Amino acid sequence: MDHAAHGHEPVIRQEEAIQHPLGVYFKIWILLFVLSAMSYAVDFYQVQGYMRWFLILLFMVLKAGLIIAVFMHMVWERLAMVYFILVPPALLLTLVAIGSLEADWTFFQRGVYFLKELIIAAPASPHH
Amino acid sequence: MSTETMASDSLELKPGLAGFFDDWGSDQRAFKGVPWGKAMMWIFLVSDTFIFGCFLASYMTVRMSTLDPWPSASEVFALSFGGAPIPLILIAIMTFVLITSSGTMALAVNYGYRKNKWVTFWLLLATALLGATFVGMQVFEWSKLIFEEGVRPWGNPMGAAQFGSVFFMVTGFHGFHVSIGVIFLFIFSYKVATGHLDKQTPGWFTKRGGNYEEIEILGLYWHFVDLVWVFIFAFFYLW
Repeated sequence: MDHAAHGHEPVIRQEEAIQHPLGVYFKIWILLFVLSAMSYAVDFYQVQGYMRWFLILLFMVLKAGLIIAVFMHMVWERLAMVYFILVPPALLLTLVAIGSLEADWTFFQRGVYFLKELIIAAPASPHH
Repeated sequence: MSTETMASDSLELKPGLAGFFDDWGSDQRAFKGVPWGKAMMWIFLVSDTFIFGCFLASYMTVRMSTLDPWPSASEVFALSFGGAPIPLILIAIMTFVLITSSGTMALAVNYGYRKNKWVTFWLLLATALLGATFVGMQVFEWSKLIFEEGVRPWGNPMGAAQFGSVFFMVTGFHGFHVSIGVIFLFIFSYKVATGHLDKQTPGWFTKRGGNYEEIEILGLYWHFVDLVWVFIFAFFYLW
């Protein structure tokens, strides 16, 4: 490959490139405070069941999204970078899936095993 | 390949998906216009994502598979200020402290690129102090759990033994990240205040001149620490 091509590569100095207005940071900051307060409120008001899980996940995803997108400048990055960062962690979902399958099986086995132990260890009752 | 296509390949960065394929299919470098330090920090952060991802996935697995009841974080981490115990209040305050520090960090990066030395310095120092406050509160939280509640990595009086293992492992690893971040925040406040970045003085381990890009790279690490806390807060403390 012709190495002269390297010389044509545009050099983007970050210092000139990044001059975001301050306002956007303050807005995101306030939003993060509000979202944190809301996720704390889920516990404070003892919301339970599916609603609790839904709200926890919702506020978590919103907070994480805002931090990555604005504070970590992801919205201003090129897609080559964005996909490199966001796609590989999706593999963790596979781990979660395998983990939950295994956990269910372990839970079942423990139930069976501990129950058997209890029956064997129990002294003969007068009914038998 | 003609010279014309070469020139248009390298000079124009296409936006969007076409740009994605162009960048990854191009010669020599995939991350166009990104300083190598920043690309390397992102690579580190992606690998760190897998570490914390594995911790949280393991936590899910042990919590799902235990027969003992899981202790209620809401009650374990309640704190009383004279009156009735307020559920999870210490953790809530820690969350707000960390988010505040993330805000000051984001502003520090911005003022760094404006080459506003002293505002950058004060913001970095504020971030460092808020981070240190977080670690201090975590020390308080750990000692309360260890000495008053009797929580150990191998057991606790409230329920499933795995609660302690997960708690010390996950919050310990996160606290370690925060501590390292605080150390680097202090180092960089010093470097900014003494004009190392303005004068482009080389750092301790490199011949490369100092640059305000380094503040953005430090910022990426710090925001990542806050990001991990968002997930720990949701899955460990609230779930």
